[in-house]
Amino acid sequence: MKSAVVLLPGLNRDRDMIAALTKISGVAPHTVWQTDTEIPDVDLIVIPGGFSYGDYLRCGAIAARMPVMEAIREKANKGVMVMGVCNGFQILVEAGLLPGALMRNASLKFVCRQVKLEVTNANTPFTRGYSHGQIIQCPVAHHDGNYFADAETLARIEGDGQVVFRYAEGTNPNGSMNDIAGIINKNGNVLGLMPHPENLIEAAHGGTDGRALFTGVLGIAA
Amino acid sequence: MKARVTVTLKNGVLDPQGKAIVGALGSLGFEGVGSVRQGKVFDVELDTSDKAKAEANLKAMCEKLLANTVIEDYAVELI
Repeated sequence: MKSAVVLLPGLNRDRDMIAALTKISGVAPHTVWQTDTEIPDVDLIVIPGGFSYGDYLRCGAIAARMPVMEAIREKANKGVMVMGVCNGFQILVEAGLLPGALMRNASLKFVCRQVKLEVTNANTPFTRGYSHGQIIQCPVAHHDGNYFADAETLARIEGDGQVVFRYAEGTNPNGSMNDIAGIINKNGNVLGLMPHPENLIEAAHGGTDGRALFTGVLGIAA
Repeated sequence: MKARVTVTLKNGVLDPQGKAIVGALGSLGFEGVGSVRQGKVFDVELDTSDKAKAEANLKAMCEKLLANTVIEDYAVELI
């Protein structure tokens, strides 16, 4: 499985993401710059975390309008897997590739801590390495992770099993509706999540609960 | 031509910043503040004198970038 990591000015988790993909797949991902209009032939495109364009206007708003996003949209429409982590999730909702919006944390504070996540849909290419209902650890680090969707959209994504990760055991760090931490699109090939699985893949990180997401999506035996 | 675009949160969308501002106003002794909803103002200069064209252009800017219409409403005013 081949992957690509999208680079935008202001992202800062790109190196962690590249390291995680390289260590787990054994192959370094391609990198794609924001002005690129073509993306190499890959199975997975990852938009990592950070603060693209300084979070100006709204988190992810400006990045979502860069030329590379049209190329990502085309690939996503063809079924290529796309994953956005943290700022990457914010960019995907701003681009309309995922429903809803990510607003300022209810506490108004930046949160940087370990949370617990419940895998609420293990029947996706991204979460197949987990079991349904499994509780995993994962770090979060964000100021705007408060998931919002109107009542109709919320009912639809809940009904369609599009909520794949939920903050568990009272660890919701941001006021997110229904404790939503990660959602997938209707076709099941675009995932956005606020937590950072790339930062929990080896013992030195203090745990490996994030690893199964990468082995699952990359089709690698765990 | 100059224009002012105002972007505000839609009704029903929680505004934790507005709530914090209500709290701060209360602690400063301002009584009777029921609620505050905060938003953004964009002052835009356009090099056209065609009002209809300017309005259409500004509306497109709001739809495409200035507002996130999932959570925000916008208003355009030519000044």
